[in-house]
Amino acid sequence: MHRRILAGDRLIAAFLTGCALFNYPLLSLFDRPTEVFDMPVLYAYIFAAWALVIALMAWAVERPFK
Amino acid sequence: MLEAPVVIAASLLYLGLLFAAAWWGDRRADQGRSIIANPTIYALSMAVYCTTWTFYGSVGRAAVSGIGFLPVYLGPTLVMSLGWIVLLKMIRIVKANRITSIADFISSRYGKSHGLGGLVTIIAVVGIIPYIALQLKAVSSTVSLLLSYPEIVMPHRSATIPVVADLSFYIALILAAFTIVFGTRHLDATERHEGMVAAIALESGVKLVAFLAVGIFVTYGIYDGFGDIFDHAAAQPQLQHLMTATPSGTGYSSWFSLIILSGLAVLFLPRQFQVAVVENVNEAHLKRAVWLFPLYLLLINIFVLPIALGGLMHFAGQGVDADTFVLTLPMSQRQEGLVLLVFVGGLSAATGMVIVETIALSTMVCNDLVMPMLLRHKRAALDESKDVSGLLLNIRRGAIVAILLLGYLYFRLAGEAYALVAIGLISFSAVAQFAPALIGGMYWRGGTRGGALAGLSAGFAVWGYTLLLPSFAKSGWLPGDFLTQGLFGVELLRPQQLFGLTGLDGISHCLFWSFLANIGAYVGVSLVRPPMVAEATQATLFVDALSESGQGGAVLWRGRAQVNDLQELVGRFLGPARAQTAFAAFARRQGGSGSSGSSGDGRPEADAKLVQFAESLLAGAIGSASARVMVASVAKEEPLSIEEVMHILDEASQLRTYSRELERKSRELTAATLELQAANERLQELDRVKDDIMSSVTHELRTPLTSIRAFSELLRDDPKMHLADRERFLGLIVGETERLTRLINQTLDLAKIESGRADWNGCELDLKEVIEQSIAAISQLVREKEAHVEVDLPDNLPLILADRDRLIQVMLNLLSNAVKFLKPGSGRIRVTLALLADGLEVGVADNGPGIRPEDQQLVFEKFRQVGDTMTAKPSGTGLGLPISRRIVEHFGGRLWVESVAGEGATFRFTLPFAVVQQPAAVVPEAGTGGSLS
Repeated sequence: MHRRILAGDRLIAAFLTGCALFNYPLLSLFDRPTEVFDMPVLYAYIFAAWALVIALMAWAVERPFK
Repeated sequence: MLEAPVVIAASLLYLGLLFAAAWWGDRRADQGRSIIANPTIYALSMAVYCTTWTFYGSVGRAAVSGIGFLPVYLGPTLVMSLGWIVLLKMIRIVKANRITSIADFISSRYGKSHGLGGLVTIIAVVGIIPYIALQLKAVSSTVSLLLSYPEIVMPHRSATIPVVADLSFYIALILAAFTIVFGTRHLDATERHEGMVAAIALESGVKLVAFLAVGIFVTYGIYDGFGDIFDHAAAQPQLQHLMTATPSGTGYSSWFSLIILSGLAVLFLPRQFQVAVVENVNEAHLKRAVWLFPLYLLLINIFVLPIALGGLMHFAGQGVDADTFVLTLPMSQRQEGLVLLVFVGGLSAATGMVIVETIALSTMVCNDLVMPMLLRHKRAALDESKDVSGLLLNIRRGAIVAILLLGYLYFRLAGEAYALVAIGLISFSAVAQFAPALIGGMYWRGGTRGGALAGLSAGFAVWGYTLLLPSFAKSGWLPGDFLTQGLFGVELLRPQQLFGLTGLDGISHCLFWSFLANIGAYVGVSLVRPPMVAEATQATLFVDALSESGQGGAVLWRGRAQVNDLQELVGRFLGPARAQTAFAAFARRQGGSGSSGSSGDGRPEADAKLVQFAESLLAGAIGSASARVMVASVAKEEPLSIEEVMHILDEASQLRTYSRELERKSRELTAATLELQAANERLQELDRVKDDIMSSVTHELRTPLTSIRAFSELLRDDPKMHLADRERFLGLIVGETERLTRLINQTLDLAKIESGRADWNGCELDLKEVIEQSIAAISQLVREKEAHVEVDLPDNLPLILADRDRLIQVMLNLLSNAVKFLKPGSGRIRVTLALLADGLEVGVADNGPGIRPEDQQLVFEKFRQVGDTMTAKPSGTGLGLPISRRIVEHFGGRLWVESVAGEGATFRFTLPFAVVQQPAAVVPEAGTGGSLS
């Protein structure tokens, strides 16, 4: 039971992280015409944030709880 | 290579492959070895979310608005992180109530209402038809493109050619046929289609591979990696706006609305509800889907912007539609194999969506629209028919064809005017209207049927006015001044600036007004009156689905019904054979017939559980609202009042709580009882030992005390007694006193051993040495009797584990016993030591009178001295042998006697080796002293 509650809490945290990362105003910080790793910074930012949220979700449900 | 026959053959081959996958999936399901019982397959099947909109349309969208294509994938990602909570609850509710569609879900929640189910179905069908049109448009335009290969010619408008010559029309028909074969082969009480899910998962794999292949080809084949594409694009000022988030001027509000819309769509699109909730095999699969499905979305979007930029630069000024870049870029490079793969990928995306969506919609149309009408208007015909399962299947087949033809109609009349994504968003906005009633229904008890009806109607109306009608107007169906002047020329009613609201794009504008109306009406009307019985009952079942009271068990039905009637009713919809099987299985599970006695005419009467079971079976086939009506038609029901329902539910949940509490208490009690029992037994044992010893001891003490007293009185009363007599009497008194002391010591010793409080000093001993020491100690006694002691003690025997003093006590006891019974002069004692398999055996043999067989056990009892007590004065205490036996047994050995009367007796005991005997068995207590003796 504790396991499920903890997984649920972690997922809600991932959800809130995603909500913050994917929206205004954090998004606007990267909305500028520069490049990182040969790609527009906004494009790179969104995919990096997206991958991070997915990694958080995978960690929340798959990692065994100690 | 890409002539029409090749394209057609490839398409048919691919559809055949899907079919094989589905057939295999169904077969494995029938054998009970489901292939879709796998979390990865489950996650892949959810990717039916990615249709041709994703496959072709994302690039088109990216070519116009840069990263604006992304929010519709970020929304589902966010929702999946809540999937663990929301989807899990939906799955539980669906399984517990045998719900088969989203219409059934909402109808069931608000008291199994026919009206509500019908309204949801209408919204879903109207909302989804543009979306199906989108798939037809994508497939037909890619087919036309392929057929003009190697030229790249944009397809012309279908509206200009007659229907019979229109390729899309035939595509719609083929898809309908395909879906019918896929989804309506038989009627299932749970509306699950394992084969279909297997095929959908396969399609998800194909479309991902195809899209990644194009992406890699464009990025690394035509250009030289991401950097190269972006560098080229950076050189073109007209592409700059694609690199920022505010391309279209509506900015973040549009971005935010799309995230919300897509997040709701991934839950409430009929096809998503079908694969994620209805087709879920095991709720544990959610765990992997939570991250794997978003990962799929991320992967399929990585190359969208590079392809869009590549296409824009490659086809600059050629008038090529950005929606077709995925196909036209490989075409322009003459990559025929890749072109074919892309085409098949797009076909996957389209067929996957169409199959699942139309199956889900046809179930809704059949159960929530047609069945209620039949029940109302053709009831008599329905009641006469013995088996209507065929009719149900045909209704669904008809619905599939009708839905696809409506999709074709929309495509032909309006679809051409719109990009793929714009059409899809109209559908998203429609299904988002389910959110307040559905989510509210899962978490708020107060929502009522009236509220849900009002909310859904209001939201649907606003959606139609602000999004659907403008799309018609833009296609030329409606006069354009409706958009600019407003309805009846009232400017405040302009559909895309309702009440003068400006600054929002069309989607955000619709989302705001429709949700305001929807939520407002839902909450407002719900609060007008308290929920009725049926609503409150279902509300409890839904809201508490994850807690105790929601997990079934409560029987919410009262009335009379007959088993035969119910079985016949279920048989009419599921087929008599399946009904028979289901009822028999239920009876087995219940461990009885499922009946509670019989009515007057001898026919078995159904109990409430069976009635509920039959209703849930029917609900799977015809929807919960119709099932309710049908069951009510064969049963005499007594309505329950709301107090009774709440009482039953409360009781059921309390019962479960109590029973859990009881189980815990009873476990604790059992443990405590066992401890108590052990303690009590130990006490009783100690008490018994004490009593035993007390009674024996008082008896035994009396004999020496009597002697002492008698001799003392003699000495006192006769002062003139001879000195010799006097000394003899005094010697007797001293002897008796010694015996008394020994008796008391041994008694205390035995008591200690028996109560387990004796001190033991276990150590490894050489038994031979102990025996020799004992023989030396008793040598004086032996000499007095003029006896002879023989020893046979081998050297170098293994050590044993015992207490040295205690062991000497045993040896002295046995030796002195032997000496005691020897005839003076001719006595022989033989002491032997022998090696056994697991220990040593000591023997002490004498040639005394021996012990009769019947006495051989008695000698080991306390205070028993065998022999003729009339002639021989007892000289021992009767405790030596019992104590010896207990000592030997304490160290894991055995003490016994072998004897033939008249030929002497042999006492033997064994002791195990030290290595075998674990030291733990001999507990040396702290502060050990010797024995009391």
